[in-house]
Parts: sequence; structure tokens; C-alpha cells
Amino acid sequence: MSPLISFFTSIDPRQKTGVPLKVQLSEIDRQMRVPVIMFLCFAVLWLQIGTFFAMVSSIKLHNPEFLGDLSWLTFGRTRSAHLNSVAYGWANNAVFGVGLWIMARLCKVTVRHAGILITAGIFWNIGVAAGVFGILSGGMTSIEWLEMPMQVAPLLALSYAMIGVWGVIMFRYRALGHVYVSQWYILGGLFWFPWIYMIAQVMILWVPARGTVQAITNWWFAHNVLGLWYTPMGLAAIYYFLPKVLGRPIHSYYLSVLGFWSLALFYNWAGVHHLIGGPIPVWLISAGIVASVMMVIPAIVTAINHHMTAVGNARAVWCSPTLRFIVFGAMSYTFASLFGSAMALRDINVVTHFSQFTVGHAHHGAYAFFTMVMFGSVYFMVPRLLKREWPSAALIKVHFWGTAIGIGIMLFALHIGGWIQGEMWNELKDGAPVYSNLDVSQALVKWFLSRSFAGILLTIGHVAFLVNFVWMLAGGKSTRYKEGPTLIGDKEGSTL
Amino acid sequence: MLAFSWTGLILSSVIQYGSLQPVTEFVNHPQSEEQITGAFIELDLDNDGKKESFVPGVNQPGEQTFPQPISGLAQQGKEVYQNMGCLYCHSQQVRRKGFGADFERGWGDRQTVPRDYILQGRVLLGTSRTGPDLMAVGQRQPSWEWHYLHLYNPRITANPTRDPNKPDSIMPPFRFLFKVQKIGDAPSPDALKIPDNFPEDKAPEGYEIVPTDEGRALVAYLLSLKLNYELPESRFSE
Repeated sequence: MSPLISFFTSIDPRQKTGVPLKVQLSEIDRQMRVPVIMFLCFAVLWLQIGTFFAMVSSIKLHNPEFLGDLSWLTFGRTRSAHLNSVAYGWANNAVFGVGLWIMARLCKVTVRHAGILITAGIFWNIGVAAGVFGILSGGMTSIEWLEMPMQVAPLLALSYAMIGVWGVIMFRYRALGHVYVSQWYILGGLFWFPWIYMIAQVMILWVPARGTVQAITNWWFAHNVLGLWYTPMGLAAIYYFLPKVLGRPIHSYYLSVLGFWSLALFYNWAGVHHLIGGPIPVWLISAGIVASVMMVIPAIVTAINHHMTAVGNARAVWCSPTLRFIVFGAMSYTFASLFGSAMALRDINVVTHFSQFTVGHAHHGAYAFFTMVMFGSVYFMVPRLLKREWPSAALIKVHFWGTAIGIGIMLFALHIGGWIQGEMWNELKDGAPVYSNLDVSQALVKWFLSRSFAGILLTIGHVAFLVNFVWMLAGGKSTRYKEGPTLIGDKEGSTL
Repeated sequence: MLAFSWTGLILSSVIQYGSLQPVTEFVNHPQSEEQITGAFIELDLDNDGKKESFVPGVNQPGEQTFPQPISGLAQQGKEVYQNMGCLYCHSQQVRRKGFGADFERGWGDRQTVPRDYILQGRVLLGTSRTGPDLMAVGQRQPSWEWHYLHLYNPRITANPTRDPNKPDSIMPPFRFLFKVQKIGDAPSPDALKIPDNFPEDKAPEGYEIVPTDEGRALVAYLLSLKLNYELPESRFSE
């Protein structure tokens, strides 16, 4: 047998048949331990780096002289360093860890040659680090969501290809039988992400399209990376953990099918709503608005399905760290989606388009939904991968309340402040603007201050998460495994 | 599914307007609409009493076309604009009259259309207006000196009297685009004239503050941003 064929044979991740399910899952967890824990370590690290840049950017908005003489830390660079750290560092590493782990468990297959996965993961993170360094040192592209210098793109694309392929291999060799909804979402995301990333790189940076076609490509990418990469991975995690922890099946198979296909059908047309009023053909904008409004369907369908699964289990949701974060995330998905559909309407968009409302909406989806779901997933996975329990329930509570209240205040400040900003830009009296440019910027200051305050709470939550995570890795309280999982509330009704 | 939307949104746009060209003033001339006869435009452009015929859309030798390419220095300044991330607070697009107040704010005399951007290597439309739109900032603020002071410390131009009751700018300073140097035989022509209200920004006695090459290029770029020409598909006041 040639080496190539024997390599492909050795990839075959199927397990021996006739082994009890619990043994199979335990074997999968064992084989996935090193790569998944590695991705989660990178994710947690990038979360802290991203939070640091977020705080610097946020303070700069109300205090422009803060670190004002450092060209590396000018606002445009720090906010981009923040975005790229949390998107490609935190979120992508979390997706790789959580998504591949769920895929392995649902397919009942393991990863052979985990070394390739680990190597690719390390190169992915080298690429992200080089990209963030490039942004700070003056190589930023000023293409939203693709700020990293174009030179890192081949490295990221290649690393991704070597990571994403494992999910596809797992699906190819899955145990026979029913394919669960989480598997569709993960498989979809694994194919969608490389396709949008490479097209956007080529058509904007390598062989730039002419004129505003670049902007259309930019928003086709930037919206899809949220909607067809982070969103399906977040939904896959909700669909996996919600029934898993509650021990009851998902409410409706048919609703989950409808939710998946309506997302796949409508989301990818919606991105052009970021160009409403802009210099592109109007029919494209109309198509984008229609698709954005149609996104109400997957949002409502998914909301009903999740709600009907969780309903009546409030106590369990409250006690389980996983479910507390995940239900918060699932509810945020519904609201963020409905807000997004409303924001695409021309009458609302004319106010919100260039304002902080959009920034608030981005955090609504990327943080209150996606990131919270990933936090919940990590709380479920790590004990099973390390055979230990979380050392501190108190730190989990600090994490939850810091992030939940923090993001709540932040969304309130940015949505209200952004709406006021948009109205002030637009308000006319006798054909003349009522407020000067400076009036508008000045009116934002108090909302920016509220956002920095929210940022402090989020930072506290993230640091608590980091401490608990490192403590767990270091083996704290490892004997607790026999006593059962770490809960953050008791059945009798503790309040926090 | 994704290929479908890519075809629909992006490929169709490339087909629809990927081959737009700059147009000459002949086509662009306000009288041209009334005077199109057949496939020709008849105009008396050199005022010699005789009308000449032109083919619409075909550029005449030696004639200016619009939009115009920017100068080499301005192109370098655009690189600075990009790598500093100016785009994250300043857009470069004017929405049509009646949709927002872009027109009333003096951000441009007409809405911008795809043809305005065809010569730009990278299109920087922007999606945020923490500050004003810059599509025509070169017309609104045509002074080099104003831009230098504004970049050095935005508070100088926003609130020159430092009146605490007046709104102030929240733009970050870009002092790293300037350098302090010893005054030579004579002060440099582009040395900053910091007003007396901002003593902490002044250079020490015998020194002057001048823009670096990057700072000069950035201002050249900002001054190149103009919307002072009409296009067949977008006239002033539209």
C-alpha cells in the first residue's frame, strides 16, 4: 500500500462498533483533549488581549488625549486591533474548539493525527498575532473586518483549511443514523467561512474590483462572517447543550430544519443593508432589505424552538453555568436578529446607519449572543476534557454578572446614544441643520463614558473567567469530580 | 446558496458597472441634454460661434475627464488615511437630498454615485460618522494651515477660545505626524502658528513645529477630496 493511501486510511476516525455510548464519548473526549484545550487556551488569551484594546479604544472616544501621542495606539488602530483580536483570535479559536468537539461527539468519531490539527492551530494564531501587529504598526487595510495586512491572509487561509477539514472528515465518517441539527450548522459554517474569506481577500485586496463593487464585496463578507460563521456555530452550540444539560429532546425537528434553511437562504443576501443610501445600485439595496426582513423567520423559529425546549426548567437553567450563559445568548440572538431586521428598513436606517447604534448592534450579536454561548460551552466542555470540575463557583458568578450587566449597560448606552446621534445628524429646521458637527460629537460623550463603565464590568468578568480557567488547568480542586459538577445556585433557591 | 448571492450581489455589479469610465465635460456639460442630436452632442465649447459635434461618452484628446485621479503626494496621504483608520469615524459618501441631512450639512452638492469611485484603488466609503463626512472636505476646508492645526490638536480649530460652554472636538490628536525642529535661517513656510490660547502646544523658543512627510501627504489627500464636478447621472442639488 502506498504511503498516501495508508495515510488516508489512517485518518478514518470511526470507532469500533459495539462499544457503549458513554465509553465512546469518553474516548472521543480523550482524543480531542489536547487540540480542543489548545484552542480554548488561545481563545481565552485573545479574549483578554481584545478586551485590553477595547478598553483603550473606548476611553479614547471620550478622552481623546489618552495615549494620544502614540501612533501605534491611535483610535483607528486600537479599535481594529480589538475587532481582529476578538473576531479571529477569541471567536475563531472558540469556534474551532467548541465546533469540532461537538461535531466529534455527534458523529461518534475521533480525531486521528491530532498533531496536524494542533500545528494548524498554532499557525492560525501566529497569523492572527502577525495581523494584529501589522494593524498597530501601520499596515492596516481599512477594509472593515479585514483590517489585517493582506500578507497574513494566505497563512490564515491555509491554517483554516487544515483545521476545517477535520470537521468535514468527521462528518464524512459519521456513525450511521440521524444527522442532528448542530451538525448541519457546523458543516455549513465550515464550508461557508473559507468561501467568503477567500472571495473577499481576492476581490478587495489581491485583485481589487472596480469602485464600489469593493464595498459590496466587503459587506457581503463582513455580514456573512457573522451570519454564516459565528451564528451557525453559536446556534449549533445552543442546539447541542440545551437538550444535553436539561436531558430532554429539542422541541421540534421541523422547526430546526426551517430555521437552518431560512438562515442559509436569506442571510447571505442581507449584507448590503450596510450600504443603504450609498453609491451602489438601488436594486441591490432593496434585495438586501428584503433578505434582512426575511431574517425574522429563522429568528422567530429558532426562538420558539429554544424556548419550548427550555420552558419549565428555570431552576435548572439558573443553576447550571452552561445553561445560564447559553440561555442568555439564545435570548440575545432573538433580539439581535429582530433589531437587525428593523435596522434594515430605510426609515430606521436613515437614523441608525452611521451612528453608534450599529456598533451596539454588532456587540449585541457578537457578544450578547455568540460570546455568551461560547462561555457557556466552555463551562460544559472543560470538565469533560480534563476530568475535573471548575474550582470556583464564585468566579463563575462574577463572570456571569460582570458580563451580563456589562453588556446590558453597553447595549443600552450605544443604542440610545446612537439613536440620539443619528437624529442629531439628520435634524433640520427651515432647511438648515439644527446641531453643528461638534454638538453631535459632544452629545455622545456621556454615552461613551457609560460604555467605558460597562467595559470595566466586562473586563472584571473576563479576568474572573481567566483566573478560573488557569486554576482549572493547573489542577485546582481536582478531587471534586466525585462530588459532582460545580453549580452556581442550589435547588432550594439561592438568589444569585 | 452562497454562490447564488455572490453571483447576484457581486458578479452582477461587476457586470452592471464594472466598466464605467470617467466622462468628459462635453458629456457632462449642462447644455448637453438639450442639444443631443442623434448620436452626437453639439456644443460650442470654444465660443467661436460654431458648434462642434462630439460622440457622447468618448473622451476627446486633451480634454479633462471626471472623476480625476489624485496626485502622487495625495496617494501617499491616502495610505496614511488608511493605516491610521480615519475611516472608522469619517465616511466618504453623500446620501441623496431628502435621505438624511448630508446635503444640508454641506457635505456635498449632490449625491455620490458609483462613477465617483472608479479611479480609487481602494474605496473608503466608511460606515461610521462619529465625525463629519469627508467626501468634499477639500472644498469645505481648502486651507493647508487649517488642516495642520486640526490634526496637531483638534481642540485648536474646534474651540479656539477654549470656552468651556462651547462644544469641543473629540477627535484624537495626530501630533506624531509633526516634528519639532530648530529654526534655521528663516522659519519654515509650513511651520504651525499655534494660537496663544494653547501655550502647552507651542514649540520652545527657537524651535518650530512642522509636518512630517506623512503629515504633509495626509493633508494633500484631504485637500484632494472634492465633489466639484457633475456627472450625467448626478447633477448638483440632487
